[in-house]
Amino acid sequence: MKHVTLALFLSTAICAPALADDIKLGVLLGFTGPLESVAPDMAAAAELAIKEANESSRFLNETTVSSVRGDSTCVDAGAAVAAAERLITSDKVQGIIGATCSGSSTAVLQNVAIPNGIAMVSPSATSPALSVVEDEGLFFRVAPSDARQGEVLAEFLRGAKHIETIAISYTNNDYGKGLADSIQSNFEKFGGKVSISASHEDGKGDYSAEVGALAAAGGDVLVVVGYLDQGGKGIVQGALDAGAFETFALPDGMVGESLTEAIGPALNGSFGTIPGSLGPIAERFGKLAEENGFKVGPYTAESYDSAALILLAMQAAGASDSQSYKDKIFDVANRPGEPIAPGELAKAFKILSEGGEIDYVGASNVELFGPGEGVGNFRLIEIRDGEIVTIGIQN
Amino acid sequence: MEDLLNAAVLAANYIVIPATVYGCQLALGALGVTLIYSVLRFSNFAHGETMAFGTAVTILVTLSLQGIGVGIFPLPTALLALPVGILATIGLTLATDRWVYRFYRRKRSEPIIFLIVSIGVMFVMSGLVRFLVGTDDRVFDDGMRFLITARDFKELTGLGEGLAIRTSQLITLTTALTCVGLLFWFLEHTKTGKMMRAFSDNEDLALLSGIDPEKIVRIAWITAACLATLAGTLYGLDKSFKPFVFQQLLLPIFAAAIVGGFGNPLGAIAGGFLIAFSEVALTYPYKRLITYLAQSSWEPEGLLQLMSTDYKYAVSFLILVMVLLVRPTGILGGAKA
Repeated sequence: MKHVTLALFLSTAICAPALADDIKLGVLLGFTGPLESVAPDMAAAAELAIKEANESSRFLNETTVSSVRGDSTCVDAGAAVAAAERLITSDKVQGIIGATCSGSSTAVLQNVAIPNGIAMVSPSATSPALSVVEDEGLFFRVAPSDARQGEVLAEFLRGAKHIETIAISYTNNDYGKGLADSIQSNFEKFGGKVSISASHEDGKGDYSAEVGALAAAGGDVLVVVGYLDQGGKGIVQGALDAGAFETFALPDGMVGESLTEAIGPALNGSFGTIPGSLGPIAERFGKLAEENGFKVGPYTAESYDSAALILLAMQAAGASDSQSYKDKIFDVANRPGEPIAPGELAKAFKILSEGGEIDYVGASNVELFGPGEGVGNFRLIEIRDGEIVTIGIQN
Repeated sequence: MEDLLNAAVLAANYIVIPATVYGCQLALGALGVTLIYSVLRFSNFAHGETMAFGTAVTILVTLSLQGIGVGIFPLPTALLALPVGILATIGLTLATDRWVYRFYRRKRSEPIIFLIVSIGVMFVMSGLVRFLVGTDDRVFDDGMRFLITARDFKELTGLGEGLAIRTSQLITLTTALTCVGLLFWFLEHTKTGKMMRAFSDNEDLALLSGIDPEKIVRIAWITAACLATLAGTLYGLDKSFKPFVFQQLLLPIFAAAIVGGFGNPLGAIAGGFLIAFSEVALTYPYKRLITYLAQSSWEPEGLLQLMSTDYKYAVSFLILVMVLLVRPTGILGGAKA
């Protein structure tokens, strides 16, 4: 009996790839809109994992994978849904890496991914609302929820920096509101005072009114929960120009070289949190990125890992359709098994094809829990002489 | 006394100066929109992108000037590059007119057709701009950033409140004033300006008196291109350059032009300032100002904010709706559509 099952398994394993020797993955990121400056590197990272799968020649019996890009825009849920619709119905992708932002991820999940039964792994959607959304087991994210980041940042503010009063300015969307609320409740829980928590709109011409309101409320530090290319930058610039605030606390969306370059020395002394880790795996990923011509920036490691998780789960399931591999994502991401570093996908495919188990660590120290999301490691960073310096790690 | 000074400085720093500068930027944009409206009789939705194009070229020239080490410190190099940006933008608008708008003008299309065509032109231009300089946010202000910083001001005067004035703010104000002065002189006192106004007032009569419509249209585009490049570059110097934001700027610019009276240059300026001041002043929390003015230790409970800054865009559009209801031709009376 055992031999029969095995033979049956083997025969399907051999037949199935012959029918579909090329599978497609959708890379649905915010190529235009508020995060358009980080999206190209994120996409390059995701495509690097796909390239590794193709070069390994061990992926699902030499199945080749190609990527199709789609624009999730981050601001226009309608456009994101349309792009996802195209990826699934016309390009026939077997899984989606994306979307970049929480709002577009929710829209794509509910309107396209669930009806079509396609799995999504988002590298960077961090809204707490996505933890409780009904996803039929199809939605995963490598990045941790903002509920956790708010706690880490509040602890950083109260514990290491001894800040008494903060003012919060957040970008008016799911991400901004969720994270701002989490920072506020945690900061108050640790005994601090929040003088004002006001929203700002992205992509607007002028932020004098917002800066005026924040300055009037006052505070030791201004927490800017926004995007570094967008309103967030406008608020920081405006506050510095008017002399309203001198130190800023910056969560993930605000940490990036383009901000330190744009603002200059005035930003020295500001600090923040960003998901990610240090040490050998981060270095290894940095080297990989350099060889493949992209920069390690916000969420590039997570993008690589998102693509890798889908590919590994497909290998573990021995099939490329979402319904088969969605249940394997947890298995490949977590212990037990052989730890897999970035660049070792070929090794992982080999172990999986031989029936072994892996624990995908990847570029961002992936560990999934409960609702299919990353546990999260955070780097505590500070800006010194225009450089983003990591001063600690919070797990 | 010191409290009163503090109150004055506070109001200047957070309300008067930012709103004035933003008002100048909106007014320059609105002037361009209004000019095209009065001569070609359509709302040019591509104006925001025209601004972005002019600024993009200016940035590219600025970069190459910086590359060869040419600069005019403490003023930003971009001012030196501005003429090239203006010329390129004039070329772009004239080419667009020649290849796109002229076709519809010859067919005597309805203004609504023109408006939709201009939306198409907007998309083409927005692609062109992204192709030229990419989507990134760019800071190209290399001059002296501040005339006086808030901290220096505090040390200098010993007051509790600081006043910051940036070089770009001063440049914006002077350039806007000069520009508007020149434009009005051109419209009032030169033969071409008078021809333009005649053409705008009554097209048929103007044609009968031998005014060449193609020439008027060309001059309108040239002027609009100058204004657009100036507005875009000044805005970019003051904040930063990002193609996405220039598209968004179109809304307050249109609001300014309509509030003041579409087709009326003075109205465009008034509208620009009205929109800018209402956005800032109506959403400002007056807590600190009142505390200073009350000259006592009494401090109000709340922030004394009329409405949250979330509503600042609602403010400009509320004004727009009210003006359209009460005085449909705009505050200063625009062209009869």
